[in-house]
Amino acid sequence: MLDILQYTFIQNALLSAVLVSIISGFIGSLILVNKMTFLTGGIAHSSYGGIGLAIYFGLPIFFGASVFAVVSAILIALISFKQRHRIDIFIGLIWAVGMAIGIVFIDLTPGYNVDLMSYLFGSILAVSKSDLIFMAILLVVILIFTHRYYREILAISYDSEYATLRGINAKGFFVAILVLSALAVVVAIKVVGLILVIALMTIPTYIAELSSKSLYGMMIKSAIYSTIFSVSGLIVSYLFDITSGASIILIAATSLIIFLLFRRIKR
Amino acid sequence: MNCILKAKNLYFSYSKESVLEDVSFCVEERDFFAITGPNGGGKSTLIKIILGILKPQKGGVSIDSSLDRNIDFGYVPQNTNINLEFPITVLDVVLMGNGSKHKSKRGLLSIKYSKLEIECAKHSLKKVGMENYLNNKISDLSGGQRQRVMIARAICSHPKILILDEPTSSIDINGQKEIYKLLKDLNKELTIIVVTHDLKVISNYADKVLYINRKGYMHNLDDNRFKLDRDGHFCEVELMQMLGAKDA
Repeated sequence: MLDILQYTFIQNALLSAVLVSIISGFIGSLILVNKMTFLTGGIAHSSYGGIGLAIYFGLPIFFGASVFAVVSAILIALISFKQRHRIDIFIGLIWAVGMAIGIVFIDLTPGYNVDLMSYLFGSILAVSKSDLIFMAILLVVILIFTHRYYREILAISYDSEYATLRGINAKGFFVAILVLSALAVVVAIKVVGLILVIALMTIPTYIAELSSKSLYGMMIKSAIYSTIFSVSGLIVSYLFDITSGASIILIAATSLIIFLLFRRIKR
Repeated sequence: MNCILKAKNLYFSYSKESVLEDVSFCVEERDFFAITGPNGGGKSTLIKIILGILKPQKGGVSIDSSLDRNIDFGYVPQNTNINLEFPITVLDVVLMGNGSKHKSKRGLLSIKYSKLEIECAKHSLKKVGMENYLNNKISDLSGGQRQRVMIARAICSHPKILILDEPTSSIDINGQKEIYKLLKDLNKELTIIVVTHDLKVISNYADKVLYINRKGYMHNLDDNRFKLDRDGHFCEVELMQMLGAKDA
């Protein structure tokens, strides 16, 4: 089995799985403690609009998806400041409208028959070198952001009203977290696809949260769990010839169930 | 009167509904200032105006020029049971209260707090009797213990005024007594503003009481007119009468 490691596309796949896992460990933790899971789901799906536009105008797909996702994230953030209690409506709206835009523009693209499935469920074996560079840069930005502003992030996540009173710009950090989440979602689409991206962001982080005493510990642990799930999912998908995104998520979900059962027994 | 915090003819409404009308009061240094009144009467709104979270439509709250809201106001919010599952230790919660006074220079990738900040947080925890729980997860504490931690967070920046919004609403009787004993103790050093429904607390601890039901009615408790009845409690109507709030 080890001889497959000599293929570049397998090396790229493994490397991207690790990079995306660390990204989703850090960002997923912030999403979970800020209760933004559904919000991120909306952004993930709306980014399909960016994919469609990028294909129609012949732009790099990562670029199109990123811009679209970031704009959706900022839009949702601004709406949530005004309409906190009705935000679910707008998330649903962005979720569906984004996808609709993507489908329409792909339909309009002449002679191009895009494989929708590869965006819905990921296409980890098609990761290119430039994809890897994009992932690595995003990881570095996320690591600097979460370390440099750890206190501020901790304060606004735990109690944003109190953080505001202490002079922290809670809204600014909320927008920053959402924008980074949007970019994290875009790179994770490559690995697990936009339908499964939420599971990758939440399952390892939820396991980590239950066993952590600090937000930082939670981020480190979920990055590790995430890496284990995605690398083993990749191996399983190779051995049984199944879709990698789905096998990664099923391994993560099974682990969550086992973890919860053990917790129950221990009590 | 030397007011360190003064409200003058305060008016506030959420869209069309008027919440506060013509509320004026003065808080002096070292006061134990109680705010009471029915639910929906505007107590929490008033606290938010004092803290600067909400802006009144008319009138305003002025604070002594030597005070800085970010440092000199300690705040204990009403519901401290939010985010219970959050992975955070007692020490980390208290460290959040650090004002900019102790803000150390941080490295680009360092998430560590300075020794000075940690000493300061430990000192606050000692004051509230929670020094043995430093590394406990916040979710492992009882309601009363958690409230003490929130008070430690609020006094961590050495504020001049401590503001508490119903600090004992979710705590058992013994825990409540201890919280108020602690507040009385802290009152030796700082001014306390507390929102409470508990009339026993008002009569035992407060020097001034502001009854808020859209309008505000001030009462000074120095003159001993304000005493508990034989059963050890009074009803709100009597309190309102004492405060001259006849139309409320």
